[in-house]
Amino acid sequence: MKLKPSLVLALAAAASGLFGPAQAAPEAKEQFFPLLVYRTGPYAPNGTPWANGKQDYLKMINARDGGVNGVKLTYEECETGYATDKGVECYERLKGKGATLFDPQATGITFALTDKVIKDKIPLITLGYGLAASQDGNVFKWNFPLMGSYWTAADMLIQHLAKKEGGFDKLKGKKIALVYHDSPFGKEPIPLLDERQKMHGFDLLKIPVTAPGVEQKSAWLQVRQQRPDYVLLWGWGVMNSTALKEAQATGYPREKMYGVWWAGAEPDVKDVGEGAKGYNALALNTSGQSPKVIQDILKHVHDKGQGSGPKDEVGSVLYTRGVIIQALGIEAVRRAQERFGKGKVMTGEQVRWGLENLALDQKKLDALGLGGVLRPLSTSCADHMGSTWARVHTWDGAKWNFSSDWMQADEQILKPMVKQAADKYAAEKKLERRTPADCQS
Amino acid sequence: MIYRENGQFKTSYRADSAILAIRQDRWAMAALLALAFVGLPLLGNEYLFRAILIPFLILSLAALGLNVLVGYCGQISLGTGAFMAVGAYAAYNFQVRIEGMPLILSLLLGGVCSTVVGVLFGIPSLRIKGLYLAVATLAAQFFCDWAFLRIKWFTNNSSSGNVSVSDLSVFGLAIESPVQKYLFCLSFVCVFALLTKNLVRGAVGREWMAMRDMDVAAAVIGIRPVYAKLSAFAVSSFIVGVAGALWGFVHLGSWEPAAFSIDRSFQLLFMVILGGLGSIMGSFFGAAFIIFLPLLLNQIPHWLGLPMSTETASHLELMVFGALIVFFLIKEPHGLARLWSTAKEKLRLWPFPH
Repeated sequence: MKLKPSLVLALAAAASGLFGPAQAAPEAKEQFFPLLVYRTGPYAPNGTPWANGKQDYLKMINARDGGVNGVKLTYEECETGYATDKGVECYERLKGKGATLFDPQATGITFALTDKVIKDKIPLITLGYGLAASQDGNVFKWNFPLMGSYWTAADMLIQHLAKKEGGFDKLKGKKIALVYHDSPFGKEPIPLLDERQKMHGFDLLKIPVTAPGVEQKSAWLQVRQQRPDYVLLWGWGVMNSTALKEAQATGYPREKMYGVWWAGAEPDVKDVGEGAKGYNALALNTSGQSPKVIQDILKHVHDKGQGSGPKDEVGSVLYTRGVIIQALGIEAVRRAQERFGKGKVMTGEQVRWGLENLALDQKKLDALGLGGVLRPLSTSCADHMGSTWARVHTWDGAKWNFSSDWMQADEQILKPMVKQAADKYAAEKKLERRTPADCQS
Repeated sequence: MIYRENGQFKTSYRADSAILAIRQDRWAMAALLALAFVGLPLLGNEYLFRAILIPFLILSLAALGLNVLVGYCGQISLGTGAFMAVGAYAAYNFQVRIEGMPLILSLLLGGVCSTVVGVLFGIPSLRIKGLYLAVATLAAQFFCDWAFLRIKWFTNNSSSGNVSVSDLSVFGLAIESPVQKYLFCLSFVCVFALLTKNLVRGAVGREWMAMRDMDVAAAVIGIRPVYAKLSAFAVSSFIVGVAGALWGFVHLGSWEPAAFSIDRSFQLLFMVILGGLGSIMGSFFGAAFIIFLPLLLNQIPHWLGLPMSTETASHLELMVFGALIVFFLIKEPHGLARLWSTAKEKLRLWPFPH
């Protein structure tokens, strides 16, 4: 068999990529951002706007500001398909290119990477997902569940339901069903819901849905039999729209369904249309094209024909969340530069310091164009979440409208749980809690 | 020319029954092992080990196990992922529940548990065969998926259903760096490949093959179908279980049942079919084909500097990969291993083919 010249070239390129020494960070002043994405597979409808938001924000910063203090931002995407083993492969591939920060974009991949990043010294942003216990920065040095975890989400939803019923005591005897994606992502809120169940005496029905969630008949049969007062929907991707269609078929009122923030975006409800009317979900961020940051993206990226996706998707819920994730990552780099030298390329450890010392007050957020999109946020060595604020929004058949005030999770309940879970993790992994001196580094 | 064996005479039974009877094969194998054990650890970078070679080795081992069952004994199984999962979760439980459990022992005990489950699900093979058996082994897949998702005991009451291991060490040596992990897996694979090769060359292997080729005839000449089939299930699921444990412990470090989903079973079956049924080397070829090629295809547009969006690249990868599978199966239905032996035949006559 004769090898074609082009094949030989490709193989040679492959060989040089595999056997060459680990590529050094680029000489030019470039901060490299690895982008783990899934634009294919059952989660693609939700993964795509998220990925586009992240990429567009990077392009916008380059176009508008010329990077961060003169350091240009570069990026490369790697398709994971939401699969853990592919995610690990992508992590290894992009790590070698000088990555200093990862957003794994999937709970399963986050779990697999959590042990690896300790040795590689690369921080992970898991904004609104990941491991709830990783809020405890004293144990999870490299994980940053910024803005919220599944425990805070579950807590806020219960608070919201209590408010609706007229007090926590009214929850007694009520039936609340958790229809969840049967994976670590869907199971994460259970410990908190169990805790709240003990406190308030409601009945918690746990109804798992096998991944990816297109087959939910049996789950909704249970809902039909048990007639819960509320359904909490812990879904992602195709599971959400399927759940809404099943609810419609079962005749379960959508007004009594509350999704987590990953179950409350446009791809989840658009195809269901009128059938999703009245459905509620948590919202970490606003949507729409009015915020300044979105306007800047439109002006500097999309108007020049360099947008990553369709223009009308810009500003949708998940797109905006992608923008926020990338913005916080870049702010961490900026913060790190303030300490370690402006205009320099930051290392993973320096970016981690930046993430740990984010201090985004209203003024800074306004300057970034993120005013109103999210609430002020400041992290510390002990608290890797910053703050957790969310609202409930409701689908009216055409768009999402906010239907509650800002809420916060109850620290009284959360803190001991986080500490206990973190201690358990530390004991399993034989990790020491960080010393105050370590916090300065 | 390269493969000519003129002048190599076998003068003893020992020489006649050697695994590598020809001198060139011995050299090639020695060179390959030297490259694998010494060369690659010196040359390769972290990505090569962590993302390519370690998964390749572990899945080769699993494919080897499946090949014993499907290729040598003719019992089609779609429950490979389940047997891997049993190995991984059993090893995990030995590791966390017994203080000071040596790593290798828990991996092997994981294999033992998988053997038990494998034999249990192999019992129907005495009455049903072919596609029907494939469907019966699917039950193993669904049952194990269910059990590891629902029964909290298996995951040590982890609230998210995710388990993880760390601080691997053997005889006081930490297995941390990619090279150490790679060498650890490589040693496992070499030992198991050698053992399996000897097993299939011996009496047991001949019984399996007789059972595969015609079970009635085999029974007539005195081979016990029960023993032959169940021993194939036992050996196969033992190897697959150890591979599963390695996949969880060494490659992923932290896993959930989705890591051993039905997709994994299919992937392994494809490896065996593509690589070559009833061939030790075929398991490695198949694993290499299924692991390397998509990675390569995925990166080629990037290397060539083609401006291609991520989703186009991954769709293209799937299309080309699918087309290549079809092409290879049409060109050589007996798999890559047969292609390799044809090449060897040609090399014996080269450069004067006739």
